[in-house]
Parts: sequence; structure tokens; C-alpha cells
Amino acid sequence: MSDNPERIGPHDLGGQRLGEAIDHAHGHDFAHWERQVDAIIYLLGEKGHMTDSAQLRVNIEELGPEAYSAYSYYERWAASAVAHCLKRGLVTEDEIAAKVAEIKARNAGGEPA
Amino acid sequence: MSARFQAGERVRIDTRAEPRHHRVPSFVKGHAGIVERVCGANPLPEQVAYADPDGETRTVYRVRLNQRDLWPDYGGAANDTLEIEIFEHWLKEA
Repeated sequence: MSDNPERIGPHDLGGQRLGEAIDHAHGHDFAHWERQVDAIIYLLGEKGHMTDSAQLRVNIEELGPEAYSAYSYYERWAASAVAHCLKRGLVTEDEIAAKVAEIKARNAGGEPA
Repeated sequence: MSARFQAGERVRIDTRAEPRHHRVPSFVKGHAGIVERVCGANPLPEQVAYADPDGETRTVYRVRLNQRDLWPDYGGAANDTLEIEIFEHWLKEA
């Protein structure tokens, strides 16, 4: 056994003890928004804005241990898509904030600001 | 692209610190195994994670490691193995 090198990030889980057993009995049942996130990632690739899967992974690895643990699989993908679009200048923080406010207002039954 | 290692050669996976994105999980770092096959050239993860590919590639190898070497309390058979693809710049002669 060699020395244990430091974990390279929250995603580096090989050899870590899980808190609970993996549930193999139930398959995945994807929500609509999860399919939308999946589509966004593939569209970014097809349109040439995301040119390697490493660009998806690196933003997930940089979420930090708390967010990484708290987020579900497709929440991590969504966070990575936002970070990637900001890095590439495809959207601005203001545009995202405005859209989030609009959706929140819509879901609350009110009119968008 | 010429491959530095050939199938059957014994190699050790480097333990150096790398703050950038890379594809070498900590549980294999420092371990030695056998080149199972040469997989061919691929873009560098350390580069393409942050920018569009610049054309630079490195040879990737499938490395066969022994499970008992990896896990001190491994309870399986002595000849159980784990195979993982590792870029050439993470390998050295063993």
C-alpha cells in the first residue's frame, strides 16, 4: 500500500465509505427538468460552446464539498452549465438573475416584473 | 504518435499534486500495474477543461492494477484486478 495522496476534489470518492448502501432495486425516473438540463448540455456541445466533457466536469469539481454533496446529479449538471455559460460570456449574471426572478414570479402565480 | 510504453510493461502512476482538472483518482496514485493495452491519443484533460482543444494530445493506456494492492482490507480473490485509463504523462517506469 502506498501513501494515500490527497483527494483531488469532492468527486474523488473511490475508497470512501458510503453513509448508506446504494439502492440498486429502483431504476432512475427522470424529471422533465432533468431531461431539459441534459438537453442543454448536449446542445452546448453541438453548437460548439462546450468542446470537451472535461469542461462539464471541471465546474462540478469546483462546486466545493458542501454544494457537491447537497446537489443531485442533474443539479450539478445545471450548476455546471450556468458556470460554463458565464465563463464563455454566453449569458450574464444579470440575465440569469432576471430570468430566475421571472420564473419565481410565474410560479408564485404573479406576473413577471 | 509513438507510445512510450507497450502492452505488458510495468508502470507506476505518479503521485504529484495537480490543482487543475485531471483524470487520475487518488486511490490509484502511487500504485504500480501492467499496461493492458495502448488506447491511443487523446486531448489533455488539464488543457481542454479550461479552453477549446489546442490540438495537443497524449497517449492513453489502460492500466491493470491488483485489487489487493489498492485496498488494504480487500476480501476478494488474490487475482482480482481493476483497469483504468491513464494518460502517459501520469505514468513512469516501474
